[in-house]
Amino acid sequence: MLYLRLFWEFFKTGLFAVGGGMATIPFLYDMAAATGWFTGDDVANMIAVGESTPGPIGVNMATYVGYLTGQGEGGLAGALLGAVIATVGLVTPSILVILIIAAFLKSFRDSRYVQNAFYGLRPASAGLISAAGLSVAISNLFFPDVLAQGFQLAALNWKGWILAAVLWVLTNKVKKTKGLHPILFILAAAVVGVLWSM
Amino acid sequence: MNILVDLFVTFAKVGVMTFGGGYAMLPILQREVVDNKGWATEEELMDYFAIGQCTPGIIAVNTATFIGQKCRGTIGGILATLGVVFPSLIIISLLAGVITAFSHLAWVRHAFGGIRICVCVLILNAVVKLYKKAVVDKATLAIFVVVALGSYFSALSPVVFVLLAAAMGIALQVRR
Repeated sequence: MLYLRLFWEFFKTGLFAVGGGMATIPFLYDMAAATGWFTGDDVANMIAVGESTPGPIGVNMATYVGYLTGQGEGGLAGALLGAVIATVGLVTPSILVILIIAAFLKSFRDSRYVQNAFYGLRPASAGLISAAGLSVAISNLFFPDVLAQGFQLAALNWKGWILAAVLWVLTNKVKKTKGLHPILFILAAAVVGVLWSM
Repeated sequence: MNILVDLFVTFAKVGVMTFGGGYAMLPILQREVVDNKGWATEEELMDYFAIGQCTPGIIAVNTATFIGQKCRGTIGGILATLGVVFPSLIIISLLAGVITAFSHLAWVRHAFGGIRICVCVLILNAVVKLYKKAVVDKATLAIFVVVALGSYFSALSPVVFVLLAAAMGIALQVRR
């Protein structure tokens, strides 16, 4: 049953995504490939929506996925049910884990095993997000259907490369703009996308 | 006001005011939970936040569960968590409906074409930041490279990499 699977997929994400909202991205990609509920492009759209609306980004993405998935199953009522189930699935492991940890807070914090596990978990989390980022980049900075026929210049989305380069400079190099909230860059990119038919 | 209702409402407020990730939430939590309600001290909040970052799940949710649990036990933890996700449920459901209704329009598709390029850059920036904190020596560099390539080129679930990396972390440190 779809809703049960939705709960389970997000329960897994909540249990294994370590390091905040961005860490859920690799799980969303894996979910897209495993279930066919949505595409890689949808994930990129969800990241933008999650980042530009109030609320923690990981929760926003779960709600959005649940809504879209439920909508395919049962219209508006299905969509709302899906949104609730995906979100509850995502936070259930947090609640369980934190309630257990709260019982012996100090020994958890000072445990050498926990600290050592994180020595390995942190680079793995960075690696997982890089791999997901590479998927987003390849499907948006190239035209995947042209690229499938072999590497050629026509497969290059040159407008995308230019916009990406400008945004990278604005978010990393220009003092006046690099501290701005991501939502402003997302809005600017949307305007450029419309004007430039991207 | 009943403290359980108060927990739900306060964390719903925190949820509305948090834009983006868990880090954006810290100053808001300081004001609402430490200054206004006195539910935790500054130090406790920092502890919860630090543990929230290194336990599975969304940092904002983990921190909410901690504070709710401290005030009113298990029920308090659950209500604080439901409060923090409540605004997302309402706002995203409204927005998702609007986006789906207009997604067939050419200019909406173009807008998202531009937005996805921006998302690429935002992910790159997030990865660079994480990389600097996580990759501190050869062993962590090796874990990063193996996981990045392995995850990109194989269909293995991220769960597998997370479990292996945690085991590697413990094994590597124990040998020292």
